[in-house]
Amino acid sequence: MTNVRTHKEVSEAVLQLTVNGEDRSLPAGSSVSDLVSALDLDGRKIAVERNLEIVPRSQYGGTELENGDRIEIVAFVGGG
Amino acid sequence: MDDANPKVTVDDTPLVVAGRTFNSRLIIGTGKYATYAQNAEALKASGADMITVAIRRVNLSNPDEPRLVDFISPEDYTFLPNTAGCFTGEDAVRTLRLAREAGGWNLVKLEVLSDPKHLYPDMAETLRAAEMLIKDGFDVMVYCSDDPVYAKKLEEIGCCAIMPLGAPIGSGLGIQNPVNIRLIIEQTKVPVIVDAGVGTASDAAVAMELGCDGVLMNTAIAEAKDPIRMASAMKHAVIAGREAYLAGRMPKKRYADPSSPLSGLI
Repeated sequence: MTNVRTHKEVSEAVLQLTVNGEDRSLPAGSSVSDLVSALDLDGRKIAVERNLEIVPRSQYGGTELENGDRIEIVAFVGGG
Repeated sequence: MDDANPKVTVDDTPLVVAGRTFNSRLIIGTGKYATYAQNAEALKASGADMITVAIRRVNLSNPDEPRLVDFISPEDYTFLPNTAGCFTGEDAVRTLRLAREAGGWNLVKLEVLSDPKHLYPDMAETLRAAEMLIKDGFDVMVYCSDDPVYAKKLEEIGCCAIMPLGAPIGSGLGIQNPVNIRLIIEQTKVPVIVDAGVGTASDAAVAMELGCDGVLMNTAIAEAKDPIRMASAMKHAVIAGREAYLAGRMPKKRYADPSSPLSGLI
């Protein structure tokens, strides 16, 4: 994320995303890894789906988000 | 009395599902507890080493919300992700792929339900979903109706455990159709685990006496007045039922048969 923020012309552009059904915005050029950090979910047992495709944990850093992406972030909860 | 004490006890083998060995034949759910702390206590009291879990959206507005994994560690227990809330094969596959990514394991519980009123499984869709999951590399423990015909089909396509309902989910009505459960047990080579319908300890014992390999329950423990004590009761009931099954019960008789000798009466 720091990389992105140092470039003024880039940081002014904003990505509009839908994350777990809510509208969110992030600086253009953000990756899945940036999103996970921005949401304070680092190191948690989560899974991320981008436009119905799973993003493997190893690819969070290399997966750049695009305007209009629909993201689902899920975790284990109690259930029967 | 030493010579009158022949060793006839059959040593039991542990529950093995898809190559994984479990010490307990009791599997418990993690829904409906007052808190995750109470859930963890009940789990300890139950002696279970496998728990079902659900997959849901992370609460983004409250990242400090208590988390299941802070109270029950996937290092200590086998997490069995379920597909609760899924009504189609595609939903189920999507959910369990996410579970596999979050947890890193492929043993799962498939349940594809139909009408919320009875939560009965949609068996045609369950069979289709199971095929999709198995093709995708999952080990599928499948929640199903107590229909021996569908149970057979699910086993034939490669499900690793057949889990017929004893009664509707959350009803606590006990084993409603022991005849069908027994038919399923007789025909099935993979473990048969009664899933749903258990209300109290005797229900769990009945399931085990029928010859089930295990019992899965959630509400019976979570909604007991004292869930921790009920978890302990269930632990003992499952052991008692299993022991009784292995021991082989006496035949039922139509008339009384005195226990004390009739000879030597004064």
